[in-house]
Amino acid sequence: MLNTVPPTRQEQPAPSRQAQVRKRLMTALLLVAPFTLVYLVFLIYPTLRVIQLSFTNADLLGAGTFTGLQNYIKLFHEPTFWTALLNTVYFILLTAVPNTLLGLGLAMLVLRLRRLRNLVLAAFFMPFVLPVSVVTNVWNWVLDSNFGLVNFVTGSNITWFQDPVWALPSVAFVTIWWTVGFNVLLFIAGLQSISAEIYEAAALDGASGWRLFWSITWPNLWPVTSLILLLQLIAQFKIFDQIYLLTQGGPFDKTLVLLLYSYREGFQQQHGGYASTIGVVLMVVILLVSAIQIRVLNRGDRA
Amino acid sequence: MTTTPLSTTSSRARPARSLRTRLARLPGILVTALTLVLALAWVFPLYWALITSFKPENDTVSNPPTLWPQTFDLGAYTYIFQNSPIVRWYLNSIVSSVAITVLVLLLSMLCAYALSQIDFQGRRWLYWLILAGFMIPFQASLIPLFIFVNQLGLVNNYMGLILPQLAAPLAVVIYKQFFDQIPPELADAARIDGASEWRVLFGIFLPLNWSITFSLGIVTFIAAWNNFLWPFIVMNDTSKLTIPVGITQVQSAYGVAYAKTMATAVTAAVPTIVAYLLFQRRVTEGVMATAGLKG
Repeated sequence: MLNTVPPTRQEQPAPSRQAQVRKRLMTALLLVAPFTLVYLVFLIYPTLRVIQLSFTNADLLGAGTFTGLQNYIKLFHEPTFWTALLNTVYFILLTAVPNTLLGLGLAMLVLRLRRLRNLVLAAFFMPFVLPVSVVTNVWNWVLDSNFGLVNFVTGSNITWFQDPVWALPSVAFVTIWWTVGFNVLLFIAGLQSISAEIYEAAALDGASGWRLFWSITWPNLWPVTSLILLLQLIAQFKIFDQIYLLTQGGPFDKTLVLLLYSYREGFQQQHGGYASTIGVVLMVVILLVSAIQIRVLNRGDRA
Repeated sequence: MTTTPLSTTSSRARPARSLRTRLARLPGILVTALTLVLALAWVFPLYWALITSFKPENDTVSNPPTLWPQTFDLGAYTYIFQNSPIVRWYLNSIVSSVAITVLVLLLSMLCAYALSQIDFQGRRWLYWLILAGFMIPFQASLIPLFIFVNQLGLVNNYMGLILPQLAAPLAVVIYKQFFDQIPPELADAARIDGASEWRVLFGIFLPLNWSITFSLGIVTFIAAWNNFLWPFIVMNDTSKLTIPVGITQVQSAYGVAYAKTMATAVTAAVPTIVAYLLFQRRVTEGVMATAGLKG
């Protein structure tokens, strides 16, 4: 169908070329204007503004006055900030790597199946399309300390989301249940893109089982693994919804994470400037992680 | 760039077969059984939520719990529909999600078409600016975004809910990648025949990209429906909440009333689950595209 169009473009009249260029520019501007405007106004501008606000004592309504590095000094001397940072890192440890490995394991199991493959994949992917509040409501019920199914079956009476030790791991578990299907999907695509010939050649050489996995599957899968880890890391640094809905940061700030800390300071304490400082720290951390991970990812691509 | 779904094409299933032969040395039936048990365990909480919503409130706390409602009861549903603004929240969610989906697709398509097919000054610069947006976490600048939207008078306003959600660079980049695949001769020929850029876009480029448009549309709709943080921040009036935010209010209002809580959860989840079950291939295709791995 594409070949039926004759490539005739020699008869452009030369004199009107400048007018044509101008007209083309106008059309282009008209086409890019709506998106670019929204993008600049609602993403780029707030991103620049958060940096400026972090040097002020603004409340939730307005400008505030310039206070220099005061917010940053206060922040780094605030134990709560370090609690939030450590909790965030702990949460990432509890989710990012387990979620990636589980995704890989499930993808390999799903790929073994023939007839039930799509059905089983759907089972793992289904939670991913649910709103976060549905997920938290369901797990609040399943993990209810008195009438919940888990405590009934295991005979325990742990208050999962209110227990200082269990609260963050419980939220991490719910997060993995909610999101692992996404990783399974990406890993399936990654596994399917490894050519069968490599496996066949290695099998002829007598390699089998773990040997095949470590010398073929894992290295060939590294770009996908690396991408998934990057997406995980970034997503978990921004963790807010599940924490807010399941634990509100409690008990005793044991599940307080960076974004929740920023939300509390900004929207509950009306400390807009200080909350912006936390936002800037969060942004810097995420940019650093992306930069490091992209380098690792590129190296993996070349290997 | 193929747009074939991942698991169905036979040519792509070949590596899987070799994986299968590899694992065949393990007791295959056991591994299959384990997979099925895991899959059942994974969806069990959803099943549990569903049947709880059909139990009378007293039966939800019965000991031992029953895997099937002893009396099938729609009371929880009639209660929530009569005693909460859930219908209103539903409408809010439908209107805003549909608006976001249509606008994201339209704005991104226009912008990507210009970036891909029209040679204009500053286009490379603009593309880099849009790519940079991938790295920017909007959550970090929640405070200035809220202050700004508030200054515009758009708090508690559908415009304030929708506009910031349109500032997503992802669809632009995906559309540009797809438009780049189309031979430029096609557009040139149409232009020589006197077609405007709009005609070229909507008459040639869009029809050639219906498939990715549909996939992106479904994924955008699900994401917009599920969005929590921004609707939670910007909409405060109970009547203006979207359903994922609204149902968190109901829960605390009922106390420990799990049949009603599960009924609201099920109600809120129905559109995305139905969309997924109906368009499974489109959803996975869209997810792959947005993750940067084009199936």
